[in-house]
Amino acid sequence: MGKPSDLVQGTLDLLILKTVSLEPQHGWAIAKRIQQITHEVLQVQQGSLYPALHRLEQQGWIRAKWGESDSGRQAKFYSLTAAGRAQLDREKESWSRLSTAINLVVEGV
Amino acid sequence: MRWLNRFRMAVRMLFRRQAETASLNDELQFHLDQQIKENIARGLAPAEARFAALRLFGNPTVLREEARSNWRWNRMEKFIRDIRYGARALTRSPGFALTAIVVMALGIGATTSLFTIVRAVLLKPLPFREPDKLVMVDEHFRDTTGGGDGFNMVSPADFNDWRQQTHGFEQMAAWRTYGFDLAGEHAELPEVVRAAGGSWNLFSVLGIHLAMGRTFTAEEDQPQANHVVLLTWSLFQRRFAGDPSILGKQIRLDTVPYQVIGVLPRWFTYPDPEIQLWVPYASTFTPEKLNLHDSHQSRVVARLKPGVSADAATREVSALQYRLHLANASKAVAEDAVWRPVIDYLVEDVKTPLIVLLCAVGCMLLIACLNVSNLLVARGAARRKELAVRGALGGSRFTLVAEQMTETLLICAVGGSLGILLSILGTRWLANHWEDLPRAETIHLDVTVLAFSLGLVFLTALLAGLLPALSSTGSGIFAALQESSRSIGGSVSRATLRQALLTGEIALTVILLLSAGLLFKSFLHLRTSDLGCATNHVLTIKYGLPEKQYDTREKIVAFHESLLERVRRLPGVAAAGLVSVAPGAGWEDDRVLTIPEHPATSFSLQNDALYRSADPGFFNALQIPLLRGHFFTDQERLMRDHYIIVSKKFADQFFPGENPLGRLATITHKDKPENYEIIGVVGDTLYDVAQPVKATMYFPALSGLPETSEETIVVRAAGDPLALSVPIQQQVAALDPELPVFDVLTLQQIVGKSTATQSFSATLVVAFASLSLLLAAIGLYGVLSYLVAQRITEIGIRIALGAQRSEVLRLVLFDGLRPVFFGLFLGLAGGATAATFIRSILYGTSPLDPIVLLTMVGCVLVTALVACVLPALAASRIEPMQALRIQ
Repeated sequence: MGKPSDLVQGTLDLLILKTVSLEPQHGWAIAKRIQQITHEVLQVQQGSLYPALHRLEQQGWIRAKWGESDSGRQAKFYSLTAAGRAQLDREKESWSRLSTAINLVVEGV
Repeated sequence: MRWLNRFRMAVRMLFRRQAETASLNDELQFHLDQQIKENIARGLAPAEARFAALRLFGNPTVLREEARSNWRWNRMEKFIRDIRYGARALTRSPGFALTAIVVMALGIGATTSLFTIVRAVLLKPLPFREPDKLVMVDEHFRDTTGGGDGFNMVSPADFNDWRQQTHGFEQMAAWRTYGFDLAGEHAELPEVVRAAGGSWNLFSVLGIHLAMGRTFTAEEDQPQANHVVLLTWSLFQRRFAGDPSILGKQIRLDTVPYQVIGVLPRWFTYPDPEIQLWVPYASTFTPEKLNLHDSHQSRVVARLKPGVSADAATREVSALQYRLHLANASKAVAEDAVWRPVIDYLVEDVKTPLIVLLCAVGCMLLIACLNVSNLLVARGAARRKELAVRGALGGSRFTLVAEQMTETLLICAVGGSLGILLSILGTRWLANHWEDLPRAETIHLDVTVLAFSLGLVFLTALLAGLLPALSSTGSGIFAALQESSRSIGGSVSRATLRQALLTGEIALTVILLLSAGLLFKSFLHLRTSDLGCATNHVLTIKYGLPEKQYDTREKIVAFHESLLERVRRLPGVAAAGLVSVAPGAGWEDDRVLTIPEHPATSFSLQNDALYRSADPGFFNALQIPLLRGHFFTDQERLMRDHYIIVSKKFADQFFPGENPLGRLATITHKDKPENYEIIGVVGDTLYDVAQPVKATMYFPALSGLPETSEETIVVRAAGDPLALSVPIQQQVAALDPELPVFDVLTLQQIVGKSTATQSFSATLVVAFASLSLLLAAIGLYGVLSYLVAQRITEIGIRIALGAQRSEVLRLVLFDGLRPVFFGLFLGLAGGATAATFIRSILYGTSPLDPIVLLTMVGCVLVTALVACVLPALAASRIEPMQALRIQ
């Protein structure tokens, strides 16, 4: 297994917003979900996950609520706010523009 | 709705920070536990699972810090933390903290006080309508050898011509000061009030709305119009108990009934608060006097027309004035008219002293900053290792500087708060005790002043803190770690910095001390200047006989003579006399004269002399020496009044090298010139202690001329002169119960009053300078003690190797005195500049007065020596063995 790729700068926000847009999740689950979906290619380190979660929360894009986890312990669940949904759309759009552009360079000519 | 979310978040982060911190910890712990659980599920032993999870997790403190760095208020939290660190660091060295705070409190407090006063007196706009459109227009004589400021009072005829024949100003108004005996309709308790005559348009030119009633009409502003009067608010309250029914009623001024037509607003205390009531301008003149071009007693204020500059408008007035001058060639009619802002007229006596004081406190504040800066450099040096370790552990330079700056800010903020408290007390004290300070009633602390002090706090923190903070965290910071514990001598650059700071401090102190010395010497000169007569045990009391009852020469003379006779019989009176104006009590009155034997080719201001009237006993009463001829006798009375006695200056000026006795002087009293024979020459007296001697003529008071109806009775007492004031007033009342007296003052009080501003500024500047000297001494002592402590090992080795203790003493002394000498030279150069700046408020003192120079240099040197000797002695007493064992 190679070294997990570094996240493209700025995409972590997009990943988190997308992940919590499906259902409220706690930090651990968000990291796991991203890891699973990308087949272990993207691994979100705690060192970047929690600062990012707190930043998004301060911005008002996600909201935190204490709830019971699968194992029955109290955990902090993050869910998307209305403003966060709009932000997710914006981030998605800018990501698709960026990836299209990169694809053009990499595959074109 | 995002802003609402964000706002809710902000509130939560501000007030529930503790809970949020706990929540973050729980969140991270949960994550860790999940990881451990997963590791166990993978088959690791619990201990190993935990270990692996922790390894993966990384440094939890860093993670927590990073998460928190996204929180709101993080910067404020950091700032509070810096303050906490700063406070802790300060409490570790309470001596330093206390010194610095007191120094800053004094500096900021004094500066705030002076700023409050300067702002209220010099900077605040006058409370009139569009005050920037108002100017004063004065006459200006081209011959300035007679002294004065070049802004001469205006004569009534000139004013009338200006108003009628020029069009540059929207309006011109005039006023003059005047005096009245005030009594009620039924002769209740008479008093003398200072009054002013204002032209009918004065209040509309200034843009003042009366508290009640109306102002004068143009018809009332005539020499023989109906008598009307406006009351100032203070008189209205004091004498008439604020009863509005006084409007329309009569009061008696000089026993003549006047109708009260209005009351001025409370804030209107211009041109000075002593004025109690206003009458129409022209009514204070006789018709003849109103047409005089050469009798100057009025001030003119004018409102600018929109679009016309003051210069342009005044040029027109000035051209007219020159024509008037040519038409009255033999009379004292000025050539030009000049303008100045109204505020300049109101504050002319205090402007320079105030600016000097403000500069002095500014200087003191700067010295205080340098001192704190110096102390901080010393502490910075002592904390070099600590800073180096923190830098090595990753503290960025910015963080380290910010932290040190917070410490300085803390000192300045605490000092500043104390300073503002001090300044509230100080400002009130200053405003109350500074006699004759114009606009004193507008002085109070307000938001602008607080903002100024706040700015001052930050500025001083920056000034005092930045240099030490930068120097202690500079690129050489890690060198401290490499230094062996046995290293000798501190960093050279830091020692240089401290010496540079000290040099600046000493230089500023020298400048302050020199200025203070000059002001003080000038003040002493004023207080001890010889008035030319007896000043101890002399009481003066003024009275003015109303024209209505005292309408003949005989009646006036009879009153004067019987009063003198009664007063001379009082026990405790050594001698008594009458004079129109006591020595030192001001210019008051003058006359232009010509000498028939030396006809002047054209009019010159030089040809005037002070006008006084005196009785035969006056010169003896005040012990003014007779130089030639004789005093007045009983011969010079009533109609035989064409005799004068002149002062020595008069004789020297108009009859140089000749005997003036029996010569004639031609003086115009009313309209036609008359000859007066000189019968005596007496010693000079000063009309103002701050002014040079002026030629003076004494006319016989017992002539009974209308000019002699206002006299000052001067009494030389055997004991306490003030004890005589009531008996003398009783004698006046016995002669005329309706006649009030005023200005009951000893001659020394008169002199004190006229030197109040000088006394004030000199005392304050001396206080500031002494304080600065003390600060400089503390700075010097601190630096040197620190240097000695740093070099203790080096000195120990020197002594161990055989250095003489006297040599060590010299070494350290020289180190300490070097910045003193540099500072002294810089300060002398700066002091010379400052002295030329204050030249205009120095009396009889040269800006380069050698005594002041030597005293002040000596003062600095002695203080410096004392501050240096203690550390130097300590150094020379170092025991080498102990010194080497110390580290």
